[in-house]
Amino acid sequence: MKNLKPVDVAIVGGGFTGLAMAKEISTRTSLHVVVLERGAPRDTSAYGKSMDEVDGFLRYRMMQNPADETLTHRHSVKDASVPVRQYGSFLPGTGVGGTGEHWGGMSFRFPREQFTLRTHLAEKHGAAKLPGDLNVQDWGVTYEDLEPHYWYAEQMIGVSGKAGNLQGKLIDGGNIFEAPRAQEYSNPPMKKPYISALFEQGAKKLGYHPYPVPGATLSRSYKNPDGVVRPGCAYCGYCERYGCMIGAKAQPTNTLLPVVKKQKNVELRTNSWVRRIVHKDGRATGVQYTDANGEEYFQPANIVVVGTFTLNNVRLLLLSKIGTPYDPATRKGSLGRNLTHQVQGPTRVYFEKPLNLFMGAGGLGYRISDFEAAHNIPESENLYCLGAINCTAVGAHPIASFGEIPQGAAKSNWGSDWKKAALEWNDRVSGPSMAGEHLAYRQNYYDLDPNFTDKFGDPLIRFTLDWTDHEFRQREFAAKICTEIARAMGGKTDPPRPNRARYNTINYQSTHIQGGAIMGSSPETSVVNRYSQHWDLPNLWVVGASAFPQNASGNPTLTALALTYMAADALINRYVKHPEKLV
Amino acid sequence: MKRREFLTIPAHALGGTLLYTLAREPFRLAAQTAQKSDTVRVPLRFFTEQEARVVAAACERIFPSDATGPGATEAGVAIYIDRQLAGPYGRDKYRYTEGPWLETYPEHGYQSKENPRETYRTGLRDLGANFADLPADEQNKKLAAMEKTHFFALLRTHTIEGMFCDPMHGGNANMIGWQLIGYPGPRMSYHDEIEKHYGQDYRVKPASLEQIAGRPGDPWENEKG
Repeated sequence: MKNLKPVDVAIVGGGFTGLAMAKEISTRTSLHVVVLERGAPRDTSAYGKSMDEVDGFLRYRMMQNPADETLTHRHSVKDASVPVRQYGSFLPGTGVGGTGEHWGGMSFRFPREQFTLRTHLAEKHGAAKLPGDLNVQDWGVTYEDLEPHYWYAEQMIGVSGKAGNLQGKLIDGGNIFEAPRAQEYSNPPMKKPYISALFEQGAKKLGYHPYPVPGATLSRSYKNPDGVVRPGCAYCGYCERYGCMIGAKAQPTNTLLPVVKKQKNVELRTNSWVRRIVHKDGRATGVQYTDANGEEYFQPANIVVVGTFTLNNVRLLLLSKIGTPYDPATRKGSLGRNLTHQVQGPTRVYFEKPLNLFMGAGGLGYRISDFEAAHNIPESENLYCLGAINCTAVGAHPIASFGEIPQGAAKSNWGSDWKKAALEWNDRVSGPSMAGEHLAYRQNYYDLDPNFTDKFGDPLIRFTLDWTDHEFRQREFAAKICTEIARAMGGKTDPPRPNRARYNTINYQSTHIQGGAIMGSSPETSVVNRYSQHWDLPNLWVVGASAFPQNASGNPTLTALALTYMAADALINRYVKHPEKLV
Repeated sequence: MKRREFLTIPAHALGGTLLYTLAREPFRLAAQTAQKSDTVRVPLRFFTEQEARVVAAACERIFPSDATGPGATEAGVAIYIDRQLAGPYGRDKYRYTEGPWLETYPEHGYQSKENPRETYRTGLRDLGANFADLPADEQNKKLAAMEKTHFFALLRTHTIEGMFCDPMHGGNANMIGWQLIGYPGPRMSYHDEIEKHYGQDYRVKPASLEQIAGRPGDPWENEKG
């Protein structure tokens, strides 16, 4: 192990949260910062020749290599865990920019109720009536605390959208269910493709309140407050699972990196795989990492910030033995609790006319929030939450979208008969989908796997996760709404089929993985305080969606950034002057 | 040194030019310059010539050339599969392959040790060396009997991939698959199109990634090591 020269701040992870922290600290202080990114440097000029469905979309060329490190899964503590041998239900990225390079760009603020969900549900249903296995918690921050940080993040990535609640004034055509925004979006909404127009009309006909998805894909060329300029979106449809070849989609490499690169007090060290946070006597003393040649280093630091993907934030804490691992039997221990994913519920709709679905953008579509944060859910449904209903136009690719045919349209899924049906329905299948909230439960959590290891021999992280009756009923109720909307759009749907399948690691749901190092107001039930500062080690900061106590329907990146900016303000304005616990 | 293996295909079968009628029914122009007697010899990277003939015949049954348009033979699907298997995908370079290999639930997907190359070798052996010479209905029967196998699932998936992949991967010859479904290829911009053509086909002549990017692509199957 080679000991390196101490630095003021060591940041683990060169994606959105890690680089956001690096940018704030390096531009606002004279502290010396090192960012340790385990992946390779990024050549964004290669994105132009990466518009390839086979390698990008199907073989996951931008993703973390499961052969190096993956995770394991089991449905309950009674089952044996097995490794996720090839990704499926979510896709963590690797390399500079991380998952922020291949995301879609949808950028929602979470509803106000989300931040105090426990209190909200207790008030609404009665605390005694909430199910015993519900682990839902308040965040320790409120929407009002986060509002300025949301705005700061929105300006940085350049969100294109339309406000539905501007300082309390409700605006038709925006999301009227959102909490008040102080400012209108920096850019007007994205364009409206045919499928969005159909959804907008259909949803309106039913009395819902459709609005354009706010996207970080830019409706026009935009210069952010840091002076970074990006062009407007070309709607080529190669966003999700790709890097943007023109740089319209906000990515860490085209928003934060250009600023960070100019700072003399930041060093971005790639191929540096951090394996432990080293700590002594209640303080982090630095990080231990391995480079591409297998050489091991100790990087001493006064402050350590962990800003990697959710899985690795939690895993690093577990491997470093920082905090008490959660035990679902006793409910004691804070580290690893409240693992949530997302409850998705797509509805396949068959249209008479072609849709030209190959045009699109990751942040493109229309949405209703009429049922988000439990608004308007009939009491008879007995649901604590539902989610939003999206109809997106993210760009369909010819292989992945081929073969979507109505039930019974062919007797088999190959041969002449099938081919004829598949060709007939090609480019005529799309439709609304629930982006559902996922409640936190006692039994869904992270820990280290006892059997399977990564390429270094360190234990993999293990998911114990399954759907419950509530999620099935969310899907069933959402399917009813989606089917109604589908009809109003002029499309046909398959007869409803009950889908009570258990959690599977194969079918893509979303890359929205939350929890494990959650934020809260008590060290008994949370890992970090409201400033993302670790309860036990005041010079350790853990930022990202690992802090979310439960999943809201909105995509997590914007909120992860807002929390990071709140953390950065606290770290720079308060902690650096008085290095102690902030709460 | 390994003997070089080739797949020999009649030139007029590979690729072709498709036109669309207004009713979205494709029809093919007669073979371009090639004479019926001409053949194309494509060097193989993984399969033996005999295996490639079996794969080509099986893919043709999955995605046949018929009244609705060209199929796996014209698209060169067997060549696509050959290259995928020869590359990192074929040998599971990017799959977690540490044991133990446990029996588990279907929700955990494919959990066996065999890599795609091994799955094909076994599956092709099961189809039989003479598969390519059987009549179509017998070929269909043989495939139907193995519909539930992992091999068949791969074969079906790869056939669709080889029909509609970028031509740099060896399939979708002359973009015949894209012409069949009216996919324009990876275009740089639909900025001026996306709010037009509501409810109407927007079908332009396809362009490949190399044509769009102005430089050759970098197919993953060519990765060494």
